[in-house]
Amino acid sequence: MKLLVVEDDRETALYLAKGLNESGYTVDRAGDGREGLFLAMSGNYDAIVLDRMLPTMDGLAVLGALRAAAISTPALILSALGSVDDRVKGLRAGGDDYLVKPFAFSELLARLEALLRRGAATAATTKLRVADLELDLLTRTVRRRDKPIEVLPREFRLLEYLMRNAGHVVTRTMLLEHVWDYHFDPQTNVIDVHVSRLRQKIDKSFDSPLLHTVRGAGYCLRAPEPPASR
Amino acid sequence: MIAEKLAPPTLGAWAAPQRVFGNARRLVRTHAFRLAALYFLVFAVSVSGVLLFVYWTSADFVERQTEATLDAEITGLAEQYAQRGLSGLVQIVAARSAGDRGDGMLYLVTGPDGGPLAGNIAAWPAGVPARAGRLFFTTAARVKERIEPHPAQGASFIIPGNYRLLVGRDISDATAFRNRVRTTLLWAGLVALGVGLLGGTAMSRNLLRRVEQVNRTSERVMAGNLSDRVPLAGTSDEFDQLAANLNRMLDQIERLMTAMREVTDDVAHDLKTPLARLRVRLELALLGGPDGSGQTEAIRSAIDEADRLLATFNALLSIAELESGARRDESEAVDLSEVARSAAELYEPVAEEKGFALALAAEPGVRIRGSRHLLSQALANLLDNALKYADGGEIQVRVERAEGRAALEVADRGPGIAEADREIVFDRFVRLERSRSTPGNGLGLSLVRAVTRRHRGTVELADNRPGLRVRLEFPALAA
Repeated sequence: MKLLVVEDDRETALYLAKGLNESGYTVDRAGDGREGLFLAMSGNYDAIVLDRMLPTMDGLAVLGALRAAAISTPALILSALGSVDDRVKGLRAGGDDYLVKPFAFSELLARLEALLRRGAATAATTKLRVADLELDLLTRTVRRRDKPIEVLPREFRLLEYLMRNAGHVVTRTMLLEHVWDYHFDPQTNVIDVHVSRLRQKIDKSFDSPLLHTVRGAGYCLRAPEPPASR
Repeated sequence: MIAEKLAPPTLGAWAAPQRVFGNARRLVRTHAFRLAALYFLVFAVSVSGVLLFVYWTSADFVERQTEATLDAEITGLAEQYAQRGLSGLVQIVAARSAGDRGDGMLYLVTGPDGGPLAGNIAAWPAGVPARAGRLFFTTAARVKERIEPHPAQGASFIIPGNYRLLVGRDISDATAFRNRVRTTLLWAGLVALGVGLLGGTAMSRNLLRRVEQVNRTSERVMAGNLSDRVPLAGTSDEFDQLAANLNRMLDQIERLMTAMREVTDDVAHDLKTPLARLRVRLELALLGGPDGSGQTEAIRSAIDEADRLLATFNALLSIAELESGARRDESEAVDLSEVARSAAELYEPVAEEKGFALALAAEPGVRIRGSRHLLSQALANLLDNALKYADGGEIQVRVERAEGRAALEVADRGPGIAEADREIVFDRFVRLERSRSTPGNGLGLSLVRAVTRRHRGTVELADNRPGLRVRLEFPALAA
């Protein structure tokens, strides 16, 4: 997987490149907007991490030029501008995700991986499956071990998002943005209760839990490890 | 040499005239002075014009009168001469010259030898040529036992046989009148010009003084005395309007400066504490046991602390950005009912878990113009507060349309906010004492207010008996 990091702050760029390298990605770096656009135009990247405020060419302008050239490489916008409207504007300008500086690297990685998966799994699926949990996007039903599970519409979307990102960490902020379309973090831990309710429904009466809390990061829905005895 | 150049000019003998000249030069440069000078010039020209006109008119009138009288007299004498010849003329002249008729008419008929035959003048006046025509001459008139020369105007005629006739009129009265008029007008003109000069100077000084007041005030304000204001003359003229506008502008600046200073102080104070805490944690981690077991935990909590700090900064920046009004975001029609429903749905589980009952009473289709995201954030802040400060009970979210306004209301059963505190809770970092121990940065309501104002709305805190009722009202869009 090859990533492009367009970031003018050298230290941030190095930090990003180092972290992403350690996570198994090949990283190219660009220090300003024009260079970033030039590299991105090749279309050789699986995802772009794009700073919003760049010398020579603004990040949103780079994005606009890329999209105009029909290059749809998923882009994650980084910005020091954190107001709700700024985030929405970044997304409207063609960004696939938006992260406010300073950010936790784990958050960036989780979002980037979600973007990469989204790019890979474009094929229309009607059913999502993780271990014995099954979600039918057409009938809007959830079953586990063939037992139907009643979920509320919002819980359905929450589960859908978790299942689409199965095996990967999903942060609370990501859930707020993608399931509720809220681009800010409420002070109350609203997400935790929603997740624990969902967990009640899908995990309670089953011996192998699927929905895990990842401390300091978020949640992860994953199939149980195969038994070690085998 | 340089030292000589730099030496200050000697004071005393020098300073005073320099100041005077400086002042004069400065005065000449002022707009007020130029205005006054122009005013004076126009005034002087028009006053002189009027006075000259008056003078010429009156002088002309007197002259015409004299000439008319002379003409009548000459016509009369000519008739007599035509009818009765020379002797008749001498007779009528003698008759008219007899006694003082007080009309100032002068007559003289002389014979071929130049001696007088009749008339009230003793002899042909000296220097008057012996030919026919209009003329001016001087005559000796008897005024109260005294003989004095009087100017006269008249005409002389040659009568066949070398006789001559002189008809004239004493114009000393007319001349005196004309002189009197001239003097009077001259004085009047001088007085008028003096008044004009004084008026112009006063006007320019007044103008200058009021401009000077504005200048002095702005200088004092620039020097840091922000509460200084331009004095008003109470005449509500243009200058007063200018001063009032300037004062309003200064009020605004002062308010902004004060707010900024307060925010800076608050930031310094409220951010210093967590920073100090952060530092202590990191220091403790450094001192930690050799196994390093506590270090991960310390670093984690330091990161949490840093995150909280950053969240506070972000909230501050968002509020500042909203309040500055510098950015105009594209706004859309937002369904408040939908915003409330979505927030209620998000908060319902957590409310229930904490022992609250979250009730939604949303009139459908209440729409306003604005940003759904900002409005959601404001509502979320209100719900956060209700969950934080109330101790269970019902939280009601209400959306309704009232008198063309769209209202969004959050009411809880908590301790409420005392009436005296209802205004200050909107200020940044204000956290009422009893709630200091609860987590939060004291920016929630500031953001709510900033968002509401951005949407041209109002925030009102009221008593929910018991509890707090926060009501946001916005201009509603047509249903």
